[in-house]
Amino acid sequence: MTEDANIPPETPEQAAATGTLAARIALKQRAGGITVPVITAVVAFLLGGLVVLATGHNPLLAYRDIFDGAGLNWIFHPTTNVANTAAYNLTQTLLQTTTLILCGLAVAFAFRCGMFNIGGQGQYFVGLIAANWIGVDFAHMAALPHILLAISAAILAGALWAGIAGVLKATVGAHEVISTIMLNWIAIWIAEWLFGDGGPLQNSTQPQVPVSNAISPSAQLPVFWGAKLLQGLDIGIFIALASLVVYWAILNRTTLGYEVRAVGFNPEAAAYGGINVKKNLIRAMAISGAFAGLAGAIDMLGYLYQFGQNDVPVSQVGFLGIAVALLGRNTAVGVLFGSLLFGALLFGTTHGLTSNVIQPELAGNLTYIIQGLIVLFVGADVLILYVWNTRKRMWPRRARVAEASA
Amino acid sequence: MSDDVVLEMRGIRKEFPGVVANDNVSFEVRRGEVHALLGENGAGKSTLMNILYGLYKPDGGQILLNGEPVVFTSARDAIQAGIGMVHQHFMLIPVMTVAENIVLGTEPREGIFLDEHAAQERVRELSQQFGLAVDPTALVQDITVGQEQRVEILKALYRGADVLILDEPTAVLTPQEASELFEIIRSLREDGRSIIFISHKLNEVLEIADRITVLRRGKTIETVPVEGATEASLARAMVGREVLLRVEKKPSAPGDVLLSVKDLHVSDHRGVAKVRGVSFDVRAGEIVGIAGVDGNGQTELIDAIAGLLRVESGSIQVAGRELRHANAREMLDAGVGHIPEDRQRRGLVLEFSIAENIALHDYAKEPDSKWGWLFPHRLVTRAARLIREFDVRGGGPLTRAGGLSGGNQQKVIAAREISRDPKVLIAAQPTRGLDVGAIEYLHRRLVEERDKGRAVMLVSLELEEIFSLSDRILVIYEGEIVGEHGGDVSEEQIGLEMLGGREPAAA
Repeated sequence: MTEDANIPPETPEQAAATGTLAARIALKQRAGGITVPVITAVVAFLLGGLVVLATGHNPLLAYRDIFDGAGLNWIFHPTTNVANTAAYNLTQTLLQTTTLILCGLAVAFAFRCGMFNIGGQGQYFVGLIAANWIGVDFAHMAALPHILLAISAAILAGALWAGIAGVLKATVGAHEVISTIMLNWIAIWIAEWLFGDGGPLQNSTQPQVPVSNAISPSAQLPVFWGAKLLQGLDIGIFIALASLVVYWAILNRTTLGYEVRAVGFNPEAAAYGGINVKKNLIRAMAISGAFAGLAGAIDMLGYLYQFGQNDVPVSQVGFLGIAVALLGRNTAVGVLFGSLLFGALLFGTTHGLTSNVIQPELAGNLTYIIQGLIVLFVGADVLILYVWNTRKRMWPRRARVAEASA
Repeated sequence: MSDDVVLEMRGIRKEFPGVVANDNVSFEVRRGEVHALLGENGAGKSTLMNILYGLYKPDGGQILLNGEPVVFTSARDAIQAGIGMVHQHFMLIPVMTVAENIVLGTEPREGIFLDEHAAQERVRELSQQFGLAVDPTALVQDITVGQEQRVEILKALYRGADVLILDEPTAVLTPQEASELFEIIRSLREDGRSIIFISHKLNEVLEIADRITVLRRGKTIETVPVEGATEASLARAMVGREVLLRVEKKPSAPGDVLLSVKDLHVSDHRGVAKVRGVSFDVRAGEIVGIAGVDGNGQTELIDAIAGLLRVESGSIQVAGRELRHANAREMLDAGVGHIPEDRQRRGLVLEFSIAENIALHDYAKEPDSKWGWLFPHRLVTRAARLIREFDVRGGGPLTRAGGLSGGNQQKVIAAREISRDPKVLIAAQPTRGLDVGAIEYLHRRLVEERDKGRAVMLVSLELEEIFSLSDRILVIYEGEIVGEHGGDVSEEQIGLEMLGGREPAAA
């Protein structure tokens, strides 16, 4: 056995055509490392810029505007005083980031087990509902147990909701993409009914307004930057950051994560290794849903406090979680950066716009354009891989130089 | 055989990132010769042929066809120049007929429609000319693997191939089919066509080739005529050192029955009865070989013993314990080690590191983990030890298993299974697709494990492997054991029983 160093690598195109979803993503990571997601984002921004250009505006100014609108200019003159616009905008961006981290993890965890959880939105709603119910109805509890109870209920609700899709997949083979999309709609209509006219969670004081009661102050998360009344930044962001660590630790430091990854990469080998594949599909879906349910709880207890029927169809965080996870390659660090990016886009284009470079409506749509482009590019993994490898084949020397300097 | 050179590859060089797959490789093929390209896996044979077939662009070197330099940028170019290739994995469309598959791309037409009749006629002519018996009207999904290969060959001939590349053509064939293939190759040679025969099997190459070019680590080592070449001389050239081709083993000393299978019935996932009343024992310190043509219930038999497939009736006992209803984990814990048939699909999680793969059965136990918390450094420490002990090359504990060569992947699996100290060791096709060096290692290891008192059950489609390792041989045919022999039975007898006792059908 002396020949082993000399194996022509399997061509990624071939492997990509055959492997599981998780295996393909891992493959892509090896092929391009951090380069591909960065290129993906840059290209999406460039194309978004072209759209702005097509409307007769200056894309550079528009992006600058969004940057400032997201409060990212805060780094140039940091202050903790939210009377400063940049600081205020940053707190709002970070509120969005918090939610997106958790929604991103909900998608990423299922991905690592080889499943595509499109049901983040529905799982987020059931978490939101559970947290609102506990927050309103258990009004005389002490703050800490009240918060813990509300969060636990939301996590459980999200886990159960996603678990349905897991059970359906494990028992009758129903594809999780289909079942989670349908569960989204069920959750959306349940939320519409609960918060709507005469719904069980509608507020008790103004029967003509389809909005829930506000949760009691004992269930509200402490705000540490800005004022509660002005929707300051609550400690939920630390819960989200801790969740990133938990996510990483579960996957890489527990037997549960070992099983999840084994099933995600190669269910047949996992079964041969003595791993119960069905159990893992259900459990991974439930954990995914738990992250999304937690997102709902953090939003409810952190700054929403109440929820209106009209807000139900507007919320898109669960879907943005897909883009976050895809862009972040289902890694903890990737999800963090993906969430920051989309959090900034989300707030920077909708609320924080300071000048009149572009109309707010256009700016808001720009977020969706960029989101769509990123999902498109990441989804077209085979294409990107192909281009990547063609580049290496065509200009091997230049590619190597580029890698060495990268 | 005339001496005029049809094809020459001169100074071919091809690099992949980090690997030089072909380094100044040269060889020539004469008209009407069977030229074998011999080399271990990863020696660069397939890369070289993919260059010849226009699939890869070489980084250096020249291809000369009938003395003229040619550049192929696609397989289409190569085909037009008269080069045909039959890949290891066939590329036929199952729902179309044999004739339709063969003429695909250059169909005889009647208006805009395929002239089915003309196509069949053309295929019939070709198949008669070269003795390639195949029914042009049959659907590809209904024919055997051996026939599929003939269809691929016919397809190349139909497109006018003068030089035919056969990439490991016997890997998927039964011994009978292989000898039929050799007849076909001989008749092609008679017709003046040139065959490039890629293989790592020494006996085949000696049987069929006129000249042999040996590749090692991407370099041409030598081109020799078949006269005067021996298995030993070729193996030395391939591996670069003396290789023990025969397994040396002492007579077995069977002890207690460690694996006992009685009247076992198993159905596959579609509910088709695949194992039908199989009974046998494997004792400590013996290797029992199970011979049979692929698809006669071997896979289901192994899966049942490994706890991966439900047993319908009958019994499986490991060291006297009844384990008929055990699941995979329980079987592993009862002392069944299993080197699976398909190492990439089942034996390994290719994306996992070597360390993680070695932990595949034990990650949930101490010392790998405690209360669900995994200790990666412990996995790494153990993997490092086993990598040394089992001579795994090409990476350390954190190397991705998919990045290893087939032989080293198999060593990782062997390390995992053997290090768990199993009572029963099932080895399914343990050396399929491996090169001489790795085969030598695994065979020696299996005999060593036998001598340590394990009960070894060997399932293989390669009769040679069965014969060189087994102390007893069972023959499985359509889910039943149809023969049981000591090690001294003849290959012909086993071959006959593998086909259910029928005379092999005339080609």
